[in-house]
Amino acid sequence: MSDQPILEVKDVTKTFGGILALNRVSFHVNEGEILGIIGPNGSGKTTLINCITAFIKMTSGKVFFRGKDISRKPAHKIADMGLTRTFQIMRPYYSLPAYKNLVIPLFSPRAKRTGGWRGGGKLGDRNTVGIDILEEIGFERDSFVPYKMASTLPTGYLKRLELARCLALKPEIILCDEVFSGLSMSEIASMVPLIERLQMDGIALVMIEHRLRELFRVANRVMVLNFGEKLIEGTADEVMASKKVKEAYFGSEEVEEVMSYA
Amino acid sequence: MYWQRVISIVCIYALLAVSFDLLAHFVGLVSLGGALFIGVGGYLSAIMNTSFGFPPLLAIPIATIAGAGICTLLLLPCLPLRGVYFAIVSLMYPLAMCRVIEALDILGGTDGIMGVDSFPNRWVEQYFVILMVLLFLFGVRRLVNLDLGLVLRAVKDNDQAVRASGMSITFYKAVAVFISSAMGCLGGACLVHIYMWSGMSLFALDFSILPIAATVIGGAGTIVGPVLGCLILVPVSELLREFGTLRIVFYSVILVAFIVFRSEGIMVYGQRKYHQIERWVKV
Ligand SMILES: Nc1ncnc2c1ncn2[C@@H]1O[C@H](COP(=O)(O)OP(=O)(O)OP(=O)(O)O)[C@@H](O)[C@H]1O
Ligand SMILES: [Mg+2]
Repeated sequence: MSDQPILEVKDVTKTFGGILALNRVSFHVNEGEILGIIGPNGSGKTTLINCITAFIKMTSGKVFFRGKDISRKPAHKIADMGLTRTFQIMRPYYSLPAYKNLVIPLFSPRAKRTGGWRGGGKLGDRNTVGIDILEEIGFERDSFVPYKMASTLPTGYLKRLELARCLALKPEIILCDEVFSGLSMSEIASMVPLIERLQMDGIALVMIEHRLRELFRVANRVMVLNFGEKLIEGTADEVMASKKVKEAYFGSEEVEEVMSYA
Repeated sequence: MYWQRVISIVCIYALLAVSFDLLAHFVGLVSLGGALFIGVGGYLSAIMNTSFGFPPLLAIPIATIAGAGICTLLLLPCLPLRGVYFAIVSLMYPLAMCRVIEALDILGGTDGIMGVDSFPNRWVEQYFVILMVLLFLFGVRRLVNLDLGLVLRAVKDNDQAVRASGMSITFYKAVAVFISSAMGCLGGACLVHIYMWSGMSLFALDFSILPIAATVIGGAGTIVGPVLGCLILVPVSELLREFGTLRIVFYSVILVAFIVFRSEGIMVYGQRKYHQIERWVKV
């Protein structure tokens, strides 16, 4: 494995009108690593992902993917390189059944190139590959769930569908925006092994989470954002021991809960 | 003889209506470009025929493909934008084209291009246009059920997710605009060989408005419905020919009435009634 980080973010700044949503945020993600990003509501986590993946234009800063400057590339080109993302507000194709949702990413140039779609040109192939991917991500193959309309699926499955859309592209890194939020304890418990499996498959992950306890179980490193600025970065223990983080999260039960747990 | 001509006109409007339905309900682009497509296709085929001596059955396919290319290029700048821009721009082009032809006195100016060859005979004309409508009708119905059609529908419903899947939404919109404008240009090309004349009236607003009215009447999003709508609307509008441009008022009244009273359209209504009767018979 090379020493070069897979993703390097340098001095990313974003202003909305007069509001400074991100202030010179820099960080990197190593090959095959899970980086957690935490921070109070409105601290700019989603905005950071949007800037990296070009869903919104950053005011200044640079992003390098495998050493290549991608700051000026359009969103679909970035996804085409293998830098994928999920949406905090889930964006399935509601009018389609779950497995048909995957036909669309499987139609993309990247999926054709990487063989995410192994079909021989027949119409039905993308459907079966779609169901395979859904099974991988925790849809029970023999049940009716993969065939249900996305509009009728519960949150847990929609979160998985978000991940599945990324997996269809054979990604090198996935930026996950709160895949645990809105899930029950047992649903999260079944999601954690999936995340670990993705890492074992060599996919690097950036995970934005409010569920600190579960995040700290899987993350190699954690970065804290507050009011659009990077507070600190380090291992879970280092971050929790930091005074600045306690201040940012002052009064938050979650931190105390995690502290007692650690 | 007269009604034969009307059937040809129905077919040309049917091509436009299918093209409108495809763009509006499967890609999410509301097009007022019927007049643009007809005009570009018509003038191209007329030039090809009169200046280069191509026979109609060769000039028409060339005008269809080249015209679709030109229209797609003209509309390309507004494809990345969301909202009403596409509708506005597609409406502005035909108006602008008219003024340009008038002011610069090019392409025959206000007189138009005369001496365009007709189809070899009346039967070829009749069957050719009917065949084309059937071809595109079933072609488009097939298309929207292919994986490509699924992507087009995704562009309409959820363009952000399509971008996140590594696909350019502008590219897929351009593909759809190309297919749609090809249908319109084909209609225009046929029209000049039917009338043996190509003039500024090819850019008339009727070509943009009537297909929309027909789609609403026939049932939006059904592809077949719009053709049905044309079968009703065009003959009626022919009967009202004496009223001249006042016919636009007639389309508008029908449009408003249908939107207010039975917004689902004949096709959807018919399907529902059919299912009801089927159940009733079973009982
Ligand atoms: N499109 C926008 N226009 C204006 N302001 C915005 C926009 N998007 C985000 N903001 C502002 O930027 C700040 C950061 O928002 P962001 O959504 O990135 O926070 P977050 O860390 O993801 O929060 P959460 O944990 O609630 O998801 C907020 O103050 C928000 O109001
Ligand atoms: Mg967020």
